[in-house]
Amino acid sequence: MSGNGVGGPGGRRDAGARGGDDEEEDEEEGLEGEGLAAWERAYADERSWESLQEDESGLLRPIDTKTFQHAQYRRRLLLRTAAAAGDSGSAAPRIQRGLIRYLYVVIDFSRAASETDYRPSRMAVVAKCVEGFVREFFDQNPLSHIGLVAIKDGIAHRLTELGGSPESQIRALMGKLECSGDPSLQNALDLVHGFLTQVPSYGHREILILYSALTTCDPGNIMETIENCKKAKIRCSVVGLSAEIYICKHLCAETGGSYTVALDEAHFKELLQEHAPPSPAIAEYAVANLIKMGFPQRGAETIIAICSCHKEPKVGGGYTCPQCFARVCELPTECNICGLTLVSSPHLARSYHHLFPVLPFNEASVAPLNSYQKSPRTCFGCQQDLLNYGSKSSLHVSCPKCNQYFCLDCDIYIHESLHNCPGCESRRESILS
Amino acid sequence: MASSVSSKLYSDDVSLVVVLLDVNPFFWAGVNANSGTNQPAAALSFSKFLSHVLPFVSSILLINPLNQVVVIAAGVKSCGYIYDSGGGSDGTSVSDLRAGFLRRLEEFVERDRQLCRDGERAAATTSSLLSGSLSLALCYIQRVFRSGILHPQPRILCLQGSPDGPDQYVAVMNAIFSAQRSVVPIDSCVVGIRHSAFLQQASHITGGIYLKPQQLDALFQYLSVVFAADLQSRSFLQLPKSAGVDFRASCFCHKKPIDRGYVCSVCLSIFCKTHKKCSTCGSDFKQASADSRSKSDSKRKTLEAS
Ligand SMILES: [Zn+2]
Ligand SMILES: [Zn+2]
Ligand SMILES: [Zn+2]
Ligand SMILES: [Zn+2]
Ligand SMILES: [Zn+2]
Repeated sequence: MSGNGVGGPGGRRDAGARGGDDEEEDEEEGLEGEGLAAWERAYADERSWESLQEDESGLLRPIDTKTFQHAQYRRRLLLRTAAAAGDSGSAAPRIQRGLIRYLYVVIDFSRAASETDYRPSRMAVVAKCVEGFVREFFDQNPLSHIGLVAIKDGIAHRLTELGGSPESQIRALMGKLECSGDPSLQNALDLVHGFLTQVPSYGHREILILYSALTTCDPGNIMETIENCKKAKIRCSVVGLSAEIYICKHLCAETGGSYTVALDEAHFKELLQEHAPPSPAIAEYAVANLIKMGFPQRGAETIIAICSCHKEPKVGGGYTCPQCFARVCELPTECNICGLTLVSSPHLARSYHHLFPVLPFNEASVAPLNSYQKSPRTCFGCQQDLLNYGSKSSLHVSCPKCNQYFCLDCDIYIHESLHNCPGCESRRESILS
Repeated sequence: MASSVSSKLYSDDVSLVVVLLDVNPFFWAGVNANSGTNQPAAALSFSKFLSHVLPFVSSILLINPLNQVVVIAAGVKSCGYIYDSGGGSDGTSVSDLRAGFLRRLEEFVERDRQLCRDGERAAATTSSLLSGSLSLALCYIQRVFRSGILHPQPRILCLQGSPDGPDQYVAVMNAIFSAQRSVVPIDSCVVGIRHSAFLQQASHITGGIYLKPQQLDALFQYLSVVFAADLQSRSFLQLPKSAGVDFRASCFCHKKPIDRGYVCSVCLSIFCKTHKKCSTCGSDFKQASADSRSKSDSKRKTLEAS
């Protein structure tokens, strides 16, 4: 059992990281390979000591990953539920979230970003994490926009305009990976402030700054700039890579954002991902609006039609405006003929699980007292045996609404990916709609 | 147990097919009633339907001895596992399949019927619980993913007759996105009278095949030609091309399918008409409707002028 356990976590980590491994090695060789001894690299990468824990008698054992992962997941879930309840008050249990977001990610590419306390360098780590962040952001905020700004040599310049396509953002970022000079927080804020004041009033304006340096080299009084951002209702958040600095803390406190400082690469990634789900919107930050939208049908693959965007005949695909029946090639867009906003409805539906979250399940262990009731033998979701399952604890959970029992793996899957309780979906109060 | 599974030699053409079987009695009863009258005889009786599906399930098991089939029934009040060829006790031989399958299906239908209260009478438009059966299928498939690096390639096949239940819209979409994230294609074969917008979207988003057979008498042929081949072999086949996808959404207020609507900018809820307040998130839309109307009007005017 123990041999299996030692192999387990290591193997899993390898499998999970395989996608990024090749690039990582290339980067290391290109940027930092010479400066790092082979033995040093092996320990820094594997951190084999972290997969051990001490038991009651002081012996080192491999971590019981299943229980550990489940405990970690429950902590996240309960935090999230508590935060939601706190924001909306006791009267309204649902979460109000700013789902149309306009976010500029400001990346510090000053001299400080070339430091190597993160492997291979802060810049490489930031670029890699931003790539993951951008994808996650669009997955969670389908109608939102992201733009990238870099600070270096005392000035800020825009890498990309606000846009809805993750691929073009990532391409632009990866093409501009170099760092030099001093950072200027004020220049960055001024630049982004200018862009963000032009977005529609129902959008949420946000800046996320990834700051490596411990200084800022500004042309004027940064306090005025911060005041302007506050007036424009721009929420500024900072993730630091070195240490906490006062001006960032002040900026975030004034504009309602969050300030966090990362300890290492994994922590940085985690802090960055926290900004991907929509933050609980502060009601007055954006004017709520009802937007008229059309949900076009996709045409058959064999039909030939002239699209209104390129004015060319095209075979297959394409969407038909439900209002004027014009043909468009891609979604989301605005109909060229009647001006209706056209979106793909699945795009909207991606975020509905935020509105109707699955309640956290209650922990239940197989108690002999309970055997009077027909105690569940298998997980309702996956039919896995609940009694023989797991090593020592036959811990499982039950849904407070439908009272069906689930195994720990299903519990995680249901809350993190599926967002439906299979038990609640498999019953119905009344068939008359 | 886990080691015995992973020690089998899974190549990339071994499949796990989770079949979602529509056993909505109101739909199948409606079919029988209709065939007595002057309705076109496009529809199929439930026993005929089973006589096409059972050989299809057996044929998947015969194509490759390592293939696995799981059947989940979707009723009007409940969903449940009917058959698992990897379950052991039921056995994998084809004669066992038929007996075990029919017995458990009968038990399920009886239980589903008991859940319906006496006073309840529903029309043939009652939907079956697609969202529940999809959720169960995905939980089962996750378990297969967890069983080891080597596992059969999973896919879901929905055999649906009853119409979509717009009240399941959010749950069905959640399940579709989860399937997409885990790269599980959802194939669908619609044996009802109308197309299913849910299944069109499901198959389109997850990269599965959507089919509405013209001749239901030949259902077995459709199933075996289109849906029996493993995912690896699909790229070599000329499969039916998509005949369009109905991307209509369901409004949150009346649970009706709509192609145009009003979307709350705060929570993205969809409504079929303007409201003063969002019923999902409680936001006030004060000058909302007037504002957007004047904007689109002015846009139209400028277009006309140019
Ligand atoms: Zn139009
Ligand atoms: Zn389970
Ligand atoms: Zn439940
Ligand atoms: Zn409505
Ligand atoms: Zn709303």
